[in-house]
Amino acid sequence: MSTDTSKVAASNGTDAAAPAGKPTKAGAAANWADERLGVGGLSKFLSRKIFPDHWSFMLGEIALWSFVVLLVTGVFLTLWFKPSMAEITYQGSYAPLRGIDMSEAMASTLDISFDVRGGLLLRQVHHWAASLFIASMMIHMMRVFFTGAHRKPREINWVIGATLLLLGTLEGFTGYSLPDDLLSGTGIRAADGFMMAIPIVGTYISFFLFGGEFPGDDIIPRLFTIHVLLIPALLLALIGAHLILLIYHKHTQWPGPGRTEKNVVGYPMVPNYISKMTGFFFITFGVTALLGALFSLNPVWKYGPYDPTKVTAGSQPDWYMGWPDGALRIMPGWESHFWGSTWSWNIFFPVIVLPMAAWMVVLLLPFIEAWITGDKREHHLLQRPRNAPTRTATFVALMVFYAAFWAAGGNDIIAIKFDLSINQITYFLRAFVFLGPIAAFIITRRWCISLQRHDNEKLLHGYETGTVIRTPEGAYHEKHLPLPEGEAFAMTVRDRGRAGDEPELKKNGKPTFRAKLRAFYYDHDVDKPTAEELSAAHHHAEHEAHELAAHEGHQVDGHDFDDHRHSAIEEPLSK
Amino acid sequence: MSSDLSEIEKHDDSHPELNAHTDALLPDPGLHEHHWRPTDVDPKAEKRAERQVALYFGLSAISSVLFVVAYFLVEPGYDGDVWAGYGASNLTLGLTLGFALLFLGIGVIQWARKLVVDVEHTEERHPAASSPATREAAVAELKAALNESGLARRPFLRNAMLGSAALLGLPAIVMLKDLGQTNAQITKEQPYPGAGLEHTVWDAGVRVVRDVVGTPIRPGDLEVGDLVNAEPATIFDGSLHGAPLQIAKSKAATILLRMDPNDIENDVTRNWSVNGIVAYSKICTHVGCPISLNERTTHHLLCPCHQSTFDLADHGKVIFGPAGRHLPQLPLGVDSDGFLVALSDYPEPVGVSYWERNTYDIDEIFDEWSKDHAADAEQYGYKEGGQ
Repeated sequence: MSTDTSKVAASNGTDAAAPAGKPTKAGAAANWADERLGVGGLSKFLSRKIFPDHWSFMLGEIALWSFVVLLVTGVFLTLWFKPSMAEITYQGSYAPLRGIDMSEAMASTLDISFDVRGGLLLRQVHHWAASLFIASMMIHMMRVFFTGAHRKPREINWVIGATLLLLGTLEGFTGYSLPDDLLSGTGIRAADGFMMAIPIVGTYISFFLFGGEFPGDDIIPRLFTIHVLLIPALLLALIGAHLILLIYHKHTQWPGPGRTEKNVVGYPMVPNYISKMTGFFFITFGVTALLGALFSLNPVWKYGPYDPTKVTAGSQPDWYMGWPDGALRIMPGWESHFWGSTWSWNIFFPVIVLPMAAWMVVLLLPFIEAWITGDKREHHLLQRPRNAPTRTATFVALMVFYAAFWAAGGNDIIAIKFDLSINQITYFLRAFVFLGPIAAFIITRRWCISLQRHDNEKLLHGYETGTVIRTPEGAYHEKHLPLPEGEAFAMTVRDRGRAGDEPELKKNGKPTFRAKLRAFYYDHDVDKPTAEELSAAHHHAEHEAHELAAHEGHQVDGHDFDDHRHSAIEEPLSK
Repeated sequence: MSSDLSEIEKHDDSHPELNAHTDALLPDPGLHEHHWRPTDVDPKAEKRAERQVALYFGLSAISSVLFVVAYFLVEPGYDGDVWAGYGASNLTLGLTLGFALLFLGIGVIQWARKLVVDVEHTEERHPAASSPATREAAVAELKAALNESGLARRPFLRNAMLGSAALLGLPAIVMLKDLGQTNAQITKEQPYPGAGLEHTVWDAGVRVVRDVVGTPIRPGDLEVGDLVNAEPATIFDGSLHGAPLQIAKSKAATILLRMDPNDIENDVTRNWSVNGIVAYSKICTHVGCPISLNERTTHHLLCPCHQSTFDLADHGKVIFGPAGRHLPQLPLGVDSDGFLVALSDYPEPVGVSYWERNTYDIDEIFDEWSKDHAADAEQYGYKEGGQ
């Protein structure tokens, strides 16, 4: 695409950066580096790489930058934090706890909070960034799945992303357990209970991790190593792989004029994205700094040091650990005893089996979908959620499943705030975790199908102009106009549903399980119009407009109100 | 669009049935014309944008300097400066750092949006797979490399190498054995009092004391409805420090409740009570939270973590919630000085369930306990049927 640079502002420096024959300092440095590292090739490959633009593509970037904020603030925190369970008497400046015995971990956390200037800010920014990291990963994951960006060739990147979410959650848990305050100690004790509930090997896992019986004096140093070394290294490696694959596959894009499965339309890495991304890093960091300045979280000095004989009411883990905790709360107390052994289904199932199973389901979603549809083609154009009703409904069902357990994790808070019976909330949620997702699936699918119908309506009969016309006979109707070319095109770039396909048959002539699933997957999908329907509708519209024009004293073209609309539609992907 | 799609169809001939579903309905209108921004065409707008960006950078620099000022001037800590209910140090440091970062970020993004060329480009995609030629070449090279290495020709050597490499995993795994002693080892060796999941530091004659101050308790000290967090006197005798102390506390924590003796609904519970005073493990049988919420009128004890509810009038059985077992009860007696004591350790393991736990119902537990401890317990006033 040729660019008319005559209009570009002079400040953009469209002149060559280094005029031939006059090597600049930057040029000399680049030359030095290239002769030793060959950075020229890498720079050529990366610097003009094209990325499409859409606000939703920024969600993963929030996760990336909040991870960097975590690394920066985390390194600062390690300078003062002492990961030791040695018992000392607190003598710091926080008077209410002075003279009380506690672990060095707790005492150093109090020192960071009260005696290190800016230490409390670091703690709070670190904690806020951790929440942001996990929240943005989740929302990024929703975006990817709802738009079909998990399809071939990006399944492996989906798996990496799901693993990042799991590791991020574990990293969060190990992190907020480190201060050794009453709340986190309660969390560690519950975690010990989870491990003990694993059949056969439970006590071994627990005793190895705690260096003997709970609580011992090894767990904090060990969690510290896991938190600052093991998991961050894995996260860093996987984030690297995630980004390399993103660059290799090139980013997905929304359908639109000029956008195909075989190209990517957008702006180059240098200068557009490098500057936007850098700026966005500072904004992410800045927002977490403001959160740390204005909103206190995890005030460990109020909880006090961990004491295995105490607990506070309303003990809640951080929000992302809330859903397994909710499952634990509403699980009936099933425990079996036989042959001198105890099987704690009431713990093992909700906090060990369920989260692992949920993670496996999420991990396998792209593969399950590809198996059902049999679609092995590469996909680079995104789909609107409505155009894959069964997929969208499936994920919404999973979200409701998650949300129900998450609400169960706060059943005591709900009971107190809304003055309800905790027993009734629990009984309700026991049913809702099964019925809610089914209802959500049905509602979402029907909703998507209605939206597909609405799209077809707009394609065939145009959009509502807001211009109401009175005919000479006294009848009123609203004038519709055809969609702008670009929008109509973008709406028609999608595959037709395959409900009518010939099913795969088994040897006995009945459809295979997969064929049944496929029929269900595409069931009730509303196809885009056929070419005949489209031309018939356009013909009809022209005829109608012609008739109207004949009746009217003057031409009402309906464009009086759509200036705004046009500007929004014709550049759906530009900023 | 149509031509592109047909190319993809050609590229992937294995799915003719899918390609039938990808008809192009409308022609691709092509990329829309580039819209020039005011800053591209109007030197005044351009200058204005430059000034805006410079202003943001300036504000960022000022905020950074203010951060340093706040660092030195505002007193942190519990006794430090407080403004409008906020710790002034955290507030000023956070705001100045936050604004320094935000303004820098906003400035850079404004620069990118208003002054950097925003012309859309198109880049071709390539299939993720390598081309057939590359694939063939790679396979040929791998085959050649395999041949040269002789791996295929010397299966014995290859297997020996793989086997010895696999065995290198053993040192790594064996090393982990010393992460900690197992429950069986700890129970056998008793490296500290009450070691192992089946024991606590409670024992016959150990006084029941208040958990913060360590004072012993006479039955008369408690009114009906009084609930006391209790510990064994062992915790306060100075014999335990560090990890053994924490482990002892984590298992021995006990709840004392005095109720009307007529409210007790279970014979075992009555046998182990003194004047309506019952003692139960404070450690929830679900995942081990210390239980602390008591309903006086119903004698129900609620765990604040996951809301398991136990009936203290009836051997601590589960009324509601996810716990699978009753709370273990501590048999109580009175020593010669008139203070409450334990008649034995807890008759069953306290706290969370684990696989090796041998779990019995309350009557079996009582029969077993009677055989081992009833005779000794008589010196503390124990007699079956209530004290």
